[in-house]
Amino acid sequence: MTGPLIELKGITRHYGSGEALVRALDGVDLAIGKGEFVAIMGPSGSGKSTAMNIIGCLDRPTGGSYRFNGVEVGTLDQDQRAILRRHFLGFVFQGFNLLPRTTALENVELPLIYKGQPRAERRARAMDALARVGLQGREHHSPAELSGGQQQRVAIARALASEPMVILADEPTGNLDTKRSVEIMELLVRLNRDAGLTIVMVTHEEDMAAFASRLVVFTDGRVVRDEAVGERVG
Amino acid sequence: MLWETVRLALTAIRRNVLRSFLTVLGVVIGVAAVIAMVTVGQGSSQQVASSVESLGTNVLIVRPGTQIMGPGSRNSAPPFKLADVTALGDLPALEAVAPVVTTSETAVFGNMNRMTSVTGTTAAYLDIGGWELARGRRFTSVEDRTGANVCIIGETVRTALFGATDPTGEKIRLKAISCEVIGLLVAKGAGSFGQDQDDIVIMPVRTVQRRLLGSQDVSTIMMQVAPGVSSDRAIGDIQALLRERRRISLGEDDNFAVMDMKELATMLNSVNAVLTGLLSSVAAVSLLVGGIGIMNIMLVSVTERTREIGIRLAVGAEARQVLMQFLVEAVVLSVLGGVIGIALGLGLAYVAAQFMAIPFTPGLGTILLAFGFSAAVGMVFGFFPARAAARLDPIEALHHQ
Ligand SMILES: Nc1ncnc2c1ncn2[C@@H]1O[C@H](COP(=O)(O)OP(=O)(O)OP(=O)(O)O)[C@@H](O)[C@H]1O
Ligand SMILES: [Mg+2]
Repeated sequence: MTGPLIELKGITRHYGSGEALVRALDGVDLAIGKGEFVAIMGPSGSGKSTAMNIIGCLDRPTGGSYRFNGVEVGTLDQDQRAILRRHFLGFVFQGFNLLPRTTALENVELPLIYKGQPRAERRARAMDALARVGLQGREHHSPAELSGGQQQRVAIARALASEPMVILADEPTGNLDTKRSVEIMELLVRLNRDAGLTIVMVTHEEDMAAFASRLVVFTDGRVVRDEAVGERVG
Repeated sequence: MLWETVRLALTAIRRNVLRSFLTVLGVVIGVAAVIAMVTVGQGSSQQVASSVESLGTNVLIVRPGTQIMGPGSRNSAPPFKLADVTALGDLPALEAVAPVVTTSETAVFGNMNRMTSVTGTTAAYLDIGGWELARGRRFTSVEDRTGANVCIIGETVRTALFGATDPTGEKIRLKAISCEVIGLLVAKGAGSFGQDQDDIVIMPVRTVQRRLLGSQDVSTIMMQVAPGVSSDRAIGDIQALLRERRRISLGEDDNFAVMDMKELATMLNSVNAVLTGLLSSVAAVSLLVGGIGIMNIMLVSVTERTREIGIRLAVGAEARQVLMQFLVEAVVLSVLGGVIGIALGLGLAYVAAQFMAIPFTPGLGTILLAFGFSAAVGMVFGFFPARAAARLDPIEALHHQ
């Protein structure tokens, strides 16, 4: 099994119909191998988030084929996709999407509950994940008691906790200032390099994209550029 | 996993204590009402049962008028006399016959006194009424016949006048009569209507007629049917005899009424059951309303927590796990309401039982039923909101503001 981890072929995603038809994705071909760090850029409305949702098995394409780790996702039902997300995918969102009034620890434990892990093991893994993002000592703080950068790190810890193969981050630094953004990027780079995690990240900022090893540019629902980039190239 | 879900539900409920409480108020009231109704209903039918039990078997009573109870029933009908009692006593269908006249009088001993009910009757009354003596003796036939100044007192009167000491041989005063206490009744407790049956002084009928009432009338006659005789046959014999004695011509209605105490009890019980059923259905309606309240709040909660649901779906929750979460929350909520309701209902029933002087008989069956009922309410009314939550699209839920 040497094929790519993520393989999109002729993926389309249409919204509405007739006059109001929107081709959010209009034939996307994209293959991402294990251990890659891919940045996706493109103008607003070009279909970046739509593509991320399909890769993340949160949404289904209108047409085309999406294989994840060799499995054709199009044939999976809603619950099978949930199980796939639970085991192989971690999400990081622009708006953090932490549960309010819930401690950092409990937020990080959330995916582990659905993995059916016993309480003690869950605790230990969540503590470990929080340590990996540099949040020891903040386990019992609620999101409201944490800064934006810290909240995003909790979200990354949550994505890490279930030991996924891929982390999907849609504008993870969109709500953060430059200094915090760079910290988050350095964290992602470290996870990619040290743990071999595959990372797919959408960003609007060239500076952030530069942390990745490959840049994919979307325009009008298509991939218009796909190239190796970043400090680690050459 | 289920325990996790229950804990999660408790956390969600605790987060909004006041709202949760208001939400389950309907269920609390519904369950409390059902529990109180049923418990009081059971207590009072147990009451009727035990007071009929204490009467002895096959007791009939006859009173002038066309109804045993009710207003104005004795106005026109001529009263009975002691001669009627004697005549009834000759009927082979009857084992025992006793006249009953009653009045209220203040019983005085030393500086103690008590307003009590005085019953004038004969020794046969003790058998028919199922009274046992704790101390002393019954009236002799001579005392019955001559109207001697003797009395047998109930436990309540004993306590009021004598405390714990032995009253036999002492003399108590009722109006102008000074009468000797010759016996003390074994306590019976409260009667069918919640009256204190032990608040009683029993005297020979003639003594009460002559010295207290100044009348020869007998208001009620109590009878015990002979063994092996059906009460229907005994009633027929009584009716025939009394119609003859009261010179009621053929085609005319009886101007007296014979009643089987067992029947009376059955009647009381069925009235009881109807009342309990009626009130319980009112309570059931309030449970329904409570259920709708829970559904309403759960729907609001699903909307408020749409983003939370999106997050859960994104990290790998299956639809049925989301469904379970909200269903369990609704059930936990309504079961909490049910438990509060059960406690409240039992409290109310206890107070009512004290007030009505009936036994307080909490039934485990009723409690379990109410518990199950409230869980069912949560299940039924929580299902629709829970399904709404489970059907959310993960992306839309995540982007919900
Ligand atoms: N649920 C939806 N219903 C209808 N149209 C939609 C829906 N979601 C996205 N679209 C449309 O699909 C297109 C692509 O949207 P998408 O969110 O993928 O853009 P994007 O590249 O992520 O933009 P941005 O950089 O602003 O986040 C847009 O034209 C958008 O209006
Ligand atoms: Mg987007």
